Amino acid sequence: MTTQHISVTVNGEVREADVEPRLLLVHLLRDVFLLTGTHIGCDTSNCGACTIHVNGQSAKSCTMLAVQADGAEIKTIEGMADGATLHALQQAFWDQHGLQCGFCTPGMIMQAAWLLDQNEKPNEAEIREGISGNLCRCTGYVNIVKAIQQASGQLEAGEAAPVEAAETVEAAPAS
Amino acid sequence: MATDTLQTTPEVGGMGHSVKRKEDPRFIRGAGEYIDDLVLPGMLWLDIVRSPYAHARIKGIDASEALKVPGVAAVITGADLEKAGLHWMPTLAGDKQMVLPTDTVMYASQEVAAVVATSRYAAADGVAAVLVDYEPLPVIVDPFKALEEGAAVLRPDRGPDKQTNRIWHWESGDKAKADAALASADVTISEDIYIPRIHVASIETCGCVADWDAVRGQMTLHITSQAPHAIRTVLALVSGLPEQNIRVKTHDIGGGFGGKVPVYPGYVLAVVASLTTGKPVKWIEDRSENLQADSFARDYHIHAEMGATKDGKITGLKVRTIADHGYSDAAADPSKFPAGLFNVITGSYDFQNAFVEVDGVYTNKPPGGIAYRCSFRVTEAVHAIERMVDILAHDIGKDPAQLRMENFIQPEQFPYKTPTGWEYDSGNYPAALQKAMDMIDYAGLRKEQLEKRARGELMGIGISSFTEIVGAGPSHDFDIIGLKMFDSCEIRVHPTGKVLARIGVQTQGQGHETTFAQIIAEELGFPVADVKIEYGDTDTAPYGLGTYASRSTPVAGAATAMASRKIKDKARKLAAHLLEANEDDLEWTNGKFSVKGSPDRSKTIQEISFAAYTNHPAGMEAGLEAVSYYDPPNLTFPFGSYICVVDIDKGTGQVNVRRFVAVDDCGNIINPMIVDGQIHGGLTMGLAPALYEEISYDENGQNQAGTFMDYLLPTAMETPAWEVAKTVTPSPHHPIGAKGVGESATVGAPPAIANAVVDALWHLGVRNIDIPITPQKVWKILRENGVTA
Repeated sequence: MTTQHISVTVNGEVREADVEPRLLLVHLLRDVFLLTGTHIGCDTSNCGACTIHVNGQSAKSCTMLAVQADGAEIKTIEGMADGATLHALQQAFWDQHGLQCGFCTPGMIMQAAWLLDQNEKPNEAEIREGISGNLCRCTGYVNIVKAIQQASGQLEAGEAAPVEAAETVEAAPAS
Repeated sequence: MATDTLQTTPEVGGMGHSVKRKEDPRFIRGAGEYIDDLVLPGMLWLDIVRSPYAHARIKGIDASEALKVPGVAAVITGADLEKAGLHWMPTLAGDKQMVLPTDTVMYASQEVAAVVATSRYAAADGVAAVLVDYEPLPVIVDPFKALEEGAAVLRPDRGPDKQTNRIWHWESGDKAKADAALASADVTISEDIYIPRIHVASIETCGCVADWDAVRGQMTLHITSQAPHAIRTVLALVSGLPEQNIRVKTHDIGGGFGGKVPVYPGYVLAVVASLTTGKPVKWIEDRSENLQADSFARDYHIHAEMGATKDGKITGLKVRTIADHGYSDAAADPSKFPAGLFNVITGSYDFQNAFVEVDGVYTNKPPGGIAYRCSFRVTEAVHAIERMVDILAHDIGKDPAQLRMENFIQPEQFPYKTPTGWEYDSGNYPAALQKAMDMIDYAGLRKEQLEKRARGELMGIGISSFTEIVGAGPSHDFDIIGLKMFDSCEIRVHPTGKVLARIGVQTQGQGHETTFAQIIAEELGFPVADVKIEYGDTDTAPYGLGTYASRSTPVAGAATAMASRKIKDKARKLAAHLLEANEDDLEWTNGKFSVKGSPDRSKTIQEISFAAYTNHPAGMEAGLEAVSYYDPPNLTFPFGSYICVVDIDKGTGQVNVRRFVAVDDCGNIINPMIVDGQIHGGLTMGLAPALYEEISYDENGQNQAGTFMDYLLPTAMETPAWEVAKTVTPSPHHPIGAKGVGESATVGAPPAIANAVVDALWHLGVRNIDIPITPQKVWKILRENGVTA
């Protein structure tokens, strides 16, 4: 099959490849560039595990062809931290227990980053709507919402959170 | 574990501390390693040709065009496998299923052939080029029709005495006593309750990379498995490869929920392809394959009858169930329990007359019968009893909370023997329900509901007071394919006081790297940061049965505590040697042994660790290691009470969950943050089948929910802000008093939601609505009753 030469900037680095025109962008990132932090969870653009930024815009990379990204600026989860310093959302997802199996997490963080780019301090309903294109099967979204609130300065990272959780526990007599 | 009972400092991070997860740094950076991230040199890709028919004879397979596709290395058919006797494989339930068919396909999307190629895309091209000639056959979708006289026998391959679509009949309890109780009851109710077929749909699908090294005779199978050791043993038995030359290795797993317990044909095909090509072979299923061919959950047609006194004291229960297993019984149940633990159906209530019978049935659907984040059919049982209790309360005009309070097994009755043979370890059911009622202002809600009903508004309140049954299990009753359901932990303490512990269970997101380190921190005083937990590599981890049915903490967690205590026993001897004291004169506090009455004479666990390698006494072996294979004396029985408030849109039939309070009791808590996270997720996987998810089939056996366009997982928009709380009733037989929590909420939530909807519509004559309670179902009821135009 014929190939087409493309050049994209991924996380600040210019990358080139000869690709089949049918190659999905997510497969370019994962199989060609070996940036496997971007995941695939469905065939129908529903789950959002493949969410990245293309020219500053949130995009599901399973729904774009690699050739459509020729010349584009791409950011993936691997480009979020600044060396050892985590991005505020990465830190918040960790602090708030906003992930369990971790599979949806990169897409969720990329979508949340775009959301905060559009709306600096979203309320809870706006957060829930903003991530409604990203499915999580583990967390029930509660702590993902909290993580986004923390990253947008609306919730303390707090040593307090764990203690508070423990205090909801009430002793009942053992048999 | 309440904060005032913490035994360790936050720096040590033992039980009760909300320690931040040790596994998260890799996940938040996108540096996790899931199965599809794995690339081996020379690796080939496998893709699968699937049947468009639910039942058909295969007249021929023509692979010639596929073999011409650039990059295609091989096409594997059932005829190829038959030569090696690998076209069928055993299921965990003692049945067998096809790896690839030689003559007949039994469900739509069944594997028909495999294509191996040099890339993902070339393999898919090859699949498109394989020509299969089918002769469609009549399809049986309805299990009741499958049982009718004269129905075509779907599995003629079974013995001459089994020429029926009834796979098995199973019963539990005392039929005569249950019949007598129902005959003499003041009040009897009966109901048909269908719990539909659903799919776990972990966001990562299943896959593997099989890597055969012909020179060394070594098969390494990288796989998304919740039970890697069991996979190794099954692979050894099926393939004939020596078990020491098989290494099964999991990587990070993107959710399991039961769907990654079975052995799927794709795994076997990858192994065969690697053996025949001599190269690593990767198989990763698409979402549509995952939803259409992997093991399903539920699909129980339940008929329940309950008897009670006129005051609402339950006196008896009879349940008859038809279980649709598809074309093969590939249930992942312990071998003595073909219907799982469904006979825990007497729930949280004190009555002694019960009888349960279940028939497993073949149909032209995918095989399965796995859990969906639950312990072997307990969800089906809880849904049935909690729906029946609610119907009883409404029928006799008693408040559903009051009726539950009056029927609960009381705290002083534990350990409690149920009429179907279980012994509940501990519980305080009234405390949990009362706490939930207080949190949600139950009395206030009932008042509001009356006012709203007077105004014609539809509001409902639903309760579920469930008892879970987890931690399989004691070896006298529990095995899977003969393997007893113990679990294990091996601990090695290094000279510098750092710890490597390996466990026989597997994590799919539960946070074992953190919580199992916390158990060791609690027992031995090593800071969590100094304890590394490993799992999922059968070459190194001790044998275990894996993670499902909430068994990690009850079984492997117990093993971890017991192995820690063996370490501590040796540490005491070492401390006595170092302190020149008698062992009996030592006491253990805050990670050190000190001489009673002389607290300044002490040795920390780190000092003792060093001495184990540098200064051990004569007659003692060097080193500080221990292993435990824990055989639990009983299961554990977590419980809880959930209350749900719904408002129903009269125009559309849309159910809105306004509030949902969940009070859970999972015994002692290792990490409160993680427990809450498990409950949040479990509740969402309870909401899902209650309102959204169903895998249904048309009359031709075609899956109607084969993609995420049609199979609706709740998003953050549908999911309410869960309100969670705890009571703590420790398990008396578990070394750390814990019970397990990963699945409680999935088990307990659906009936709370269903009960709330029925409560809102009871005055219209509604007694039951089968889940998922879609707007269409509710709208139809409203329309039939003239509530909406």
